[in-house]
Amino acid sequence: MGLKQNLHSLREKYKGTKMAPAFNALHTFLYTPNDTAHGGTHIKAADDLKRTMNTVIMALIPCLIFGMFNAGYQHYVAAGEIEAVTSGFFSSEFWTLQNFSLGFWKVLPILAISYGVGLGVEFLFAVIKGHEVEEGYLVTGMLVPLIVPIDIPLWMLVVAVVFGVVIGKEVFGGTGMNILNPALTIRAFLFFAYPTWMSGDKVWVEGAVERTREIANGSTADAISGETILGSLAQSHGVDYSVMDMFFGFIPGSIGETSTLLILLGGLFLIFTKIGSWRIMLSSVIGALVMGYIFNLVVAAGWITDTSKFYGLMSTEFWHHLLIGGIAFGIVYMATDPVTASQTNKGKWIYGFLIGFVSIMIRVFNPAYPEGVMLAILLMNVFAPTIDHYVVQGNVKGRLKRAKIKTA
Amino acid sequence: MGLLSKKDSKLILDPLADNNPITIQVLGICSALAITAQLKPSIVMAISVVFVLSVGNVVISLMRNIIPSKIRIIVQLIVVATLVIIVDQVLKAFAYSLSKELSVFIGLIITNCIIMGRFEAFALGNGPWKSFLDGIGNAAGYGLILIIVGFFRELLGSGTLFGFKVLGDSVEKTGLYAIGYENNGFMVLPPMALIVVGLIIWVQRSRNKELIED
Repeated sequence: MGLKQNLHSLREKYKGTKMAPAFNALHTFLYTPNDTAHGGTHIKAADDLKRTMNTVIMALIPCLIFGMFNAGYQHYVAAGEIEAVTSGFFSSEFWTLQNFSLGFWKVLPILAISYGVGLGVEFLFAVIKGHEVEEGYLVTGMLVPLIVPIDIPLWMLVVAVVFGVVIGKEVFGGTGMNILNPALTIRAFLFFAYPTWMSGDKVWVEGAVERTREIANGSTADAISGETILGSLAQSHGVDYSVMDMFFGFIPGSIGETSTLLILLGGLFLIFTKIGSWRIMLSSVIGALVMGYIFNLVVAAGWITDTSKFYGLMSTEFWHHLLIGGIAFGIVYMATDPVTASQTNKGKWIYGFLIGFVSIMIRVFNPAYPEGVMLAILLMNVFAPTIDHYVVQGNVKGRLKRAKIKTA
Repeated sequence: MGLLSKKDSKLILDPLADNNPITIQVLGICSALAITAQLKPSIVMAISVVFVLSVGNVVISLMRNIIPSKIRIIVQLIVVATLVIIVDQVLKAFAYSLSKELSVFIGLIITNCIIMGRFEAFALGNGPWKSFLDGIGNAAGYGLILIIVGFFRELLGSGTLFGFKVLGDSVEKTGLYAIGYENNGFMVLPPMALIVVGLIIWVQRSRNKELIED
């Protein structure tokens, strides 16, 4: 008896019991169900929720792998054990087994916790509420490890995932009903609950926190640290990284957000497969560029000089904003979340533009929140239904007007 | 409850649970969010509201037949304002630091919807003894939620209860902190108070399905 048969008989055995949704979920995740519906209308479509989710996960895999290499790379560079990359994206200093294995063993527990706890909560709710398990968590579970710092304590992640899935999603009625992006809810919770583990110059490089503690206890090892580019710009310090480093992603940051190149490829893949909305992505990029350009103009006009605390970020060339921090990742993978984004085409332009615009504004004006994209997306998630409402109303009004002219 | 008749004890017990002013009527939320980051101010606030509402209810009930209905709101406001000023002055005299901590929110008891609500809905139509019990009951129902929220927010947000370090010292790394536990900074922020109130509402309604309205 194969696995499929086993699962099938298990499913039959638990049919009608409270545990049925849990077994159904496993069964339909791995195989197409072998029973068909009788009567009624059937819609045959090539893409269902599961395929959508799987496509996004495929687009995320390169970022995950890169993140593992980068975690090791940042650690060994900060510790002075290896040289910084010199020869482009395929530098041999970067793609080493040593880098990968360090990153792999750090990221794997985070990934496992994210999926284990999140799906656990989903299964629990499905069993209690007696509905089928929804696929919504598949993407969230992959996004979470990519947007947290490498040294995040695992128990905090457990608390945050439970909070994010229950308060961010289940209380609204589960997948498809949530107002806020669950992955960002999880990150926002971590950010406000444990700010010392989510910002500063110690959390982005593996082992930096521990090394600091050892030194405080009398160890003679050298301190290691890695400030994100946004962090040092917010304090008007210079940047040690070249534009190519930023583009390729050889910089400190949350695990999967650093490589703009891979995010760009992932974004193109999502657009090509028609999973992600190109309108949102494009308008977000425009919004960010416009805000960045306005700040550049303000500096050029001499209203802000280098004595101002905003100078560092304001004078950053406007298009560099897209390469640093998590804005590219947020725009491609989170702003386009079909559940929480605007649904109308015109609405998507407005929604996306404001995400980019507000992200850069928060980034520059509030040094306490070095990355604004998380808050910008959550804010616009809340406004998305309002935007849609007015777009639809506008459309209705326009049509009524035309109808009146004809009858008159 | 040998002292009270069944009807009278219902006046006190109902607002504690099945007709709670915060979780069922959703009144008085602002102060519930603002002053519940610590347990002590929550309790002081609860006591203040019990005093203001019970005494206020009795006063209004005694005057109910002589208040012209056109100006009853103004009369009610004067009664609340007087009582609130008494509370404020007592706190300033005997617990100055607490009064500083509660700052404007003692004064804002005047605007607490629960108080005007009970004056209008109960004290204007019932005798002083019943109004007194109703005042105690509703204020206690309000205070109960305040204390529950304050308990969780102080315990999880600061790791203390009444200022005592019940979970160990977060700076010296003793107790729970020695094994890596950290305070949840989100708990201290007002949004989390709203979420805690929401969770209480959730627990209450899933225990008693009759409370769920469509």
